[in-house]
Amino acid sequence: MGELEGFYALWYREMKVFTREKSRIVSSLVTPLLWLVVFGGGLGSAVSLGGVNYQIFIFPGILAMTILFSSVFFGLYIVWDKKIDFFKEVLVAPLSRVTIFAGKMVGGSIDALLQGAAMLVLGVVLGIRYNLLTLVLSFVFMFVLASALVSLGLIIGSNMESVEGFQLIISFLVFPMFFFSGALFPIDNLPSYLLLFTVIDPVTYAVDGLRGLLLGSSQLPIALNMAILAGFAAVMIGIGTWSFKRLK
Amino acid sequence: MVSAVETDGLTKRYGELLAVDRLDLKIEGGEIFGLLGPNGAGKTTILSMLATLLKPTSGTARVNGHDIIEQPHEVRRSIGIVFQDPSSDDVLTGRENLYLHALMFGVPKHERKQKIDYVLSLVDLQDRANDIVKKYSGGMRRRLELARGLLHNPRILFLDEPTLGLDPQTREHIWQYIENLVKAEKVTVIITTHYMDEADRLCDRVAIIDHGKIVALDKPAALKAKVGGEIIKLRVRSPRLEPIKDLDYVLSVDQSGSTLLLTVKDASAHLQEILGTIGQVESVEVRSPTLNDVFLNYTGREIREESGEGGVFERIARVRSGR
Repeated sequence: MGELEGFYALWYREMKVFTREKSRIVSSLVTPLLWLVVFGGGLGSAVSLGGVNYQIFIFPGILAMTILFSSVFFGLYIVWDKKIDFFKEVLVAPLSRVTIFAGKMVGGSIDALLQGAAMLVLGVVLGIRYNLLTLVLSFVFMFVLASALVSLGLIIGSNMESVEGFQLIISFLVFPMFFFSGALFPIDNLPSYLLLFTVIDPVTYAVDGLRGLLLGSSQLPIALNMAILAGFAAVMIGIGTWSFKRLK
Repeated sequence: MVSAVETDGLTKRYGELLAVDRLDLKIEGGEIFGLLGPNGAGKTTILSMLATLLKPTSGTARVNGHDIIEQPHEVRRSIGIVFQDPSSDDVLTGRENLYLHALMFGVPKHERKQKIDYVLSLVDLQDRANDIVKKYSGGMRRRLELARGLLHNPRILFLDEPTLGLDPQTREHIWQYIENLVKAEKVTVIITTHYMDEADRLCDRVAIIDHGKIVALDKPAALKAKVGGEIIKLRVRSPRLEPIKDLDYVLSVDQSGSTLLLTVKDASAHLQEILGTIGQVESVEVRSPTLNDVFLNYTGREIREESGEGGVFERIARVRSGR
């Protein structure tokens, strides 16, 4: 019972922060919007892919990008949290580290999911139509992706002492994960050097799965995409829990 | 009845550095106990080990009868901690901070609201409870954290440098609150401090810590009495020390530059003779010993407030600017 209440406390805190720091939500939606409106709209006026306008084609990719950025950043935030504010108080609470990790991970994933939901609303404006099934499954995809990436951020953040390495992580991890994922291009006919990175990039499977759900065309079966993504999430959650156990 | 704290050869080593050196310490319930020493003496390391935040290299301790290595959760439930740095969430209100603490420390549901109101009243924050912590002053935030430390009925409250970085008036207020808490809640308070006046004002007993060891432990008055006389502080141009050192009522002589600190038995009776002997005196001051003199007496050094590890505000500024 104590652990459950502790988990609730951690999640409650993340929700309060999310609803109060509105600037954080707005700024995290600006980048995907720019991609969608400027890049998608600009290129879309000339290019169609897979039978749809380019802007529509990249929509699932930009949706995954929204989750990617907000999830990893949420996890990395723990570098600050560790030094100051509430997290120190959390670490002295009589709670198991598994609970603390789970609270943080679920809290961050729901944050990311809410931003994904905002993007889905925008999709309606662009002319994408959902039914209940595709909507629910899209949320499942986004949640699994978010839990994996929040965990990844928490793993990196809990092993970092200062914020100096942030730019490196963004340049060498977050952006490559976005670019190689096939968010912006079809992955069925890639040169082999590109294909290699695309295959090992876990975000690829989220983008392909979401594209299958929302636009009806994917390279791999949706269930296979989900299986690979879920496997990645399980590994990240496992390592993340272990990192938290070592956390001072 | 079990002791509040009982350490048994408690040791912490960081590589070559021996931060805490085979500490044997017993603290009984109901007192305000001070760990006094300069920064880097090992006070916070001792506190962190007692609070189960840090594993000792060797030795162990029992806190409220629970072993810090074997039963960390029991220890944590039985203690409250107020950190040096702010550890409340500044995006949440004061009341929300307390609510989260109540959840995490297992305060039963039916007691929560009443208990939160009670601890808020102990630190006079009822009126500001629903304000976001960002709007609090430094002193208010410290008060909130004091209240939070008491929320789950701990039997020991650890305060790590409770007035570091606060202005004199706010410090005085915090001290009053701490004294009130002890009266109202009958909790044992263990504070670390490098402020002499704080230890003198608050503590029933003080352990002077230097290089990870206790060099003296007693009531502040008794520690001061051990210095054995009064202090004469002189500024003297080219002082003649040899004849002074030979006087049998002069207990010790410390010199730094042109400033001399003499510890003298019955100073007022002998002041005339000292002034006549020592040379050309520019200023003179006679006072009772302070804990600072006690520290000097035991370690040969003065406690200095500045040190290499950097003030709390510099650290906060660094963290904030990164955000």
